[in-house]
Amino acid sequence: MTGRETRVPSETANATFVEFDRVQKSYDGISLVVKDLNLTVAKGEFLTMLGPSGSGKTTCLMMLAGFETATNGEIRLDGRPINLVPPHKRGIGMVFQNYALFPHMTVAENLAFPLEVRGMGKSEREAKITRALDMVQMGAFAARRPAQLSGGQQQRIALARALVFDPALVLMDEPLGALDKQLREHMQFEIKHLHESLGITVVYVTHDQGEALTMSDRVAVFNDGVVQQLAPPDELYERPVNSFVAQFIGENNKLHGRIEEIEDGRALVRLDTGELIDATPVNVSAKGQRTLVSIRPERVEFKPEMMPDGAHTIEAEVLEFIYMGDLYRTRLRVAGSDDFVIKSRNTLTQRRLQPGERIRIGWAPQDARALDA
Amino acid sequence: MKKLLVTTTALVGFAYGAQAAEITVMSWGGAYAESQIEAYHKPFTAQTGVTVVSVDADNPAVPVEAQVKAGNVSIDVADVEYPDAVRLCDEGMLETIDHSTLPPAPDGTPATQDFLPGLLLDCAVATITFSTIFAYDASVFPEGPTSISDFFDLQKFPGKRGMGKRPRANLEMALMADGVPAAEVYDVLSTPAGVDRAFAKLDSIKGDIIWWEAGAQPPQLLADGEVAMTTAYNGRIFNAAIAENKPFTVVWDGQIQEYDLWVVPKGAPNLEAAMEFVKFSTDTQRLADQAKYISYGPARTSSSALIGLFKDGKTEMLPHMPTNPDNMKNALGSNFEFWADRNKELEERFNAWLAAN
Amino acid sequence: MAEAVAGSGGGLRTADGRPLGEALAQAQGRARRRALLLVAPLLLFVLFSFVVPIGQLLISAFSDDDFARNAPALGAWFDENPRGSPIDESAYAALAADLKAAKENRTAGQMGERINYEVSGARSLFTSTARNADKFEPPYREAILAARAEWDNPRLWESMRQASSSVTPNFFLAAVDLRRSETGGIERAPEEVRVYQMLFMRTFALSALITVLCLLLGYPIAHLLATLPLRYSNLLMIFVLLPFWTSLLVRTTSWIVLLQSEGVLNNILVGFGIIGDDGRIRMIYNQTGTIVAMTHILLPFMVLPLYSVMRPIPPSYVRAARSLGASSWTAFRRIYVPQTMPGVAAGGLLVFILAVGYYITPALVGGATGQLISNLIAFHFENSNWSMAAALASLLLLAVLILYWLYDRLIGIDNLKLG
Repeated sequence: MTGRETRVPSETANATFVEFDRVQKSYDGISLVVKDLNLTVAKGEFLTMLGPSGSGKTTCLMMLAGFETATNGEIRLDGRPINLVPPHKRGIGMVFQNYALFPHMTVAENLAFPLEVRGMGKSEREAKITRALDMVQMGAFAARRPAQLSGGQQQRIALARALVFDPALVLMDEPLGALDKQLREHMQFEIKHLHESLGITVVYVTHDQGEALTMSDRVAVFNDGVVQQLAPPDELYERPVNSFVAQFIGENNKLHGRIEEIEDGRALVRLDTGELIDATPVNVSAKGQRTLVSIRPERVEFKPEMMPDGAHTIEAEVLEFIYMGDLYRTRLRVAGSDDFVIKSRNTLTQRRLQPGERIRIGWAPQDARALDA
Repeated sequence: MKKLLVTTTALVGFAYGAQAAEITVMSWGGAYAESQIEAYHKPFTAQTGVTVVSVDADNPAVPVEAQVKAGNVSIDVADVEYPDAVRLCDEGMLETIDHSTLPPAPDGTPATQDFLPGLLLDCAVATITFSTIFAYDASVFPEGPTSISDFFDLQKFPGKRGMGKRPRANLEMALMADGVPAAEVYDVLSTPAGVDRAFAKLDSIKGDIIWWEAGAQPPQLLADGEVAMTTAYNGRIFNAAIAENKPFTVVWDGQIQEYDLWVVPKGAPNLEAAMEFVKFSTDTQRLADQAKYISYGPARTSSSALIGLFKDGKTEMLPHMPTNPDNMKNALGSNFEFWADRNKELEERFNAWLAAN
Repeated sequence: MAEAVAGSGGGLRTADGRPLGEALAQAQGRARRRALLLVAPLLLFVLFSFVVPIGQLLISAFSDDDFARNAPALGAWFDENPRGSPIDESAYAALAADLKAAKENRTAGQMGERINYEVSGARSLFTSTARNADKFEPPYREAILAARAEWDNPRLWESMRQASSSVTPNFFLAAVDLRRSETGGIERAPEEVRVYQMLFMRTFALSALITVLCLLLGYPIAHLLATLPLRYSNLLMIFVLLPFWTSLLVRTTSWIVLLQSEGVLNNILVGFGIIGDDGRIRMIYNQTGTIVAMTHILLPFMVLPLYSVMRPIPPSYVRAARSLGASSWTAFRRIYVPQTMPGVAAGGLLVFILAVGYYITPALVGGATGQLISNLIAFHFENSNWSMAAALASLLLLAVLILYWLYDRLIGIDNLKLG
């Protein structure tokens, strides 16, 4: 871990709670939706499955919840295989994409449902419901019907309902997808906060990388039925292990070229247009190999005084300058490509580049990652 | 003189052509309507050029009454049963028919004397005698039932019974099966106790009765094996047995004789042609001709002598006629006065009885 | 839009000073008139094909002037002599006058028919007496009683008194097995002709049973349709709708072919030795036949509303319930079923109301015990007793309206989802 504080309680740290062991899933008997998934979630961890739609992340979640059966392999919960355990006996809380609040019941009845089916007495039920509603600041809405609540309020109730019966594991299937941006960011914080205070294990599915980065202890990036990278958010962002992850997480500039020199974790890349740039090799190893160099827009420097020592610079032409409030976003033509973007903070000293201006840009070698092409 | 006659005929023919190229005759469908088409309709069209459209009803008296009441008559001539003819006539729903215009017998006897007694009414002219009998499938009962009481005897002859869905004929048969002599049936039935007795007898087989509504149904029920025996109009069974070679046998014991009559509804659209059709079809030869196609007896005395073979050319018709002496040993003539007056009331009671579980 | 400003008269006014409400009405009036023009043909059609005939039906249930029209003298006598007056010579004189006219106009049958509804045998009394009416001489009482002694019957005279007014509630009384007593009071009809109360009860009981059967059969089908992939559910939907594309008569007669005692089903049972050849089960021409055939015919009316309610219910509700710890049965019972209630209610109401008025199927396969009230309505129409048919039909309509009202009170009509 890279200086990031982990909130896993120490006595259960690294204790495996959920385990996917060589899990495969096929719907049609012809192709695999999930290909050989091996994944463990520690007790108390917040793990996010991130990926584009159709990448297999929701299928994994549904297999864990018990609504889909694994075609092959084993899923273990707290060491116990659960492939054959029906969903209602798994004791897993779940928050659905559209909340799935029962429309014919009031908020209180919705929350009472999981307690009733567990045969809990009335007074105990009421205490738990009150506590769960207070937890999401919805105590005043117990008598309302879901249709009388706003999206954000429904979201909170869905959360409270998934937590009211004290499950050790809570699954969330794109729970914030239907909310507007501001509310979504607020809820991210609240969910995160609940996770920390309750010490529950959360498996969270989303296709929104910002959400994944904000909330998770670790993120599993899915593509094509395979986990591309499983890492904490900072590592994922700063050190993507392949070009898919690099492109999927955050904004990214791409430059195509060949390895000219490679040694000691440094590489010199000859771009297709002839320029030489510095890069850090990630999953390339041989001289002459084709590569895709990935550089984050905010790590590109254009002021000569800020340029790292000995860095190679290349020429760029300013095409467009966009004012975004906290940031300036400038589009450049670099090495024959028109979509090279740099971001710079809106500070008093920051210079606004003019379209048509010619500048030289550069970066620290560790910020440019040479990946498989 | 001769020339004048030709001219008149031509004119009359022309007049028909101008106002009535077509008349609508309503009858009971099936083999019976077929016999009328062959014996009456086709020759009438050949002679006058007026097309006869034959339409069917379960009981033509019903649409006649409805049409006259609604003031929208499309039927020109209808074949109805005697009590309906009397009743509709009483209620002023029929055109009167002048008996003197009916054609005389070949020997010159006027129509009023040639028709069997009582078969010429103010508003109706009889064509045939038929009877309601019961019939069975001889392949089911080789030692078949022979009397009307056998029809009500489920022990001796198990199986479903078919009966018309109306009180008429059923009540009389029930009383005869219960031991009432034919001559006393209507006296008994005129008393409330007699009606109760008839219904009680029907009640004894109620669970095994399948009700038919149209005359063409009973031979079908018998052929399908749905019923073991059924009441029916004798001509329908005759046609199934002789023309279609079904193993059906008629039991004449307890037969109830009735008549069918032509009536012209008040307001018939083609009154003149309708009257012409009634006269044409009730002459001696036409009535005798009909017996070639179905085993119903003609209403004219003079026609009887002309009855010969069935249309197949080999079956003698007389043994199959309701009026054949052999078939008349225990026969009942339907009492039309009784039914004209009591039909509605007994139908009400019958419906209540029928609907009760 | 004109800006609204507070006017001196209290209400809001537009910028140019017109009352706001008036301006709004004017602005929307044109659109409304055009909309009305569009629906006008339908309104006219409904008026003439629905409202007017039903109105006529209701009127004819109350009125029958067959007697009143043909008995002016008796009508005048009844007007002058209140109920309870002795039936004296003047009454018989009026009767004789009316009968004489009846003989001439051949209307005795009509007069008698009307009285015959209430007094059995009245028809023959009128026709036979009228036949000799022109020979009656005063004193008429003796003359008429000599012809037919039955005229001396208080019930007959009470009945004629009522019939002399063309408006009468008697058909409604008869439709619930009641009748006027000799003194003009109301009493139950004689037991052997009581049929309507029982038939109404049977109609409602069988309709309820058919509705329940349709629900039991239709619910799983609708659920299957709603949850299968569209490709399969469309195919299955065709099977559900197929009966709609087939003539009602064909469907009904095919049940006859299947169920009759020499029919397919019985033959199979006999063929497998499950029942003996003489033990063939009677499945048609009785209540069983009516129930089976009507359940089949009305099934789509249950399936379609159910389907339309079930289709949009996302599977996540049941999944949520399952994840919250409910067994599949509990999730179905407590989460799925309550959400389908609008469909159940709509399908139930639709099937029930259709069943209550069903005519052709019970007529064909119902035998005697499977007849419904509609069959007697048809019977009375066929026999030209339109008033009686109208009275029965009005009662049926009333009963259905009451049920609808009850339904609205108990479940709420806005909870209905027809599709």
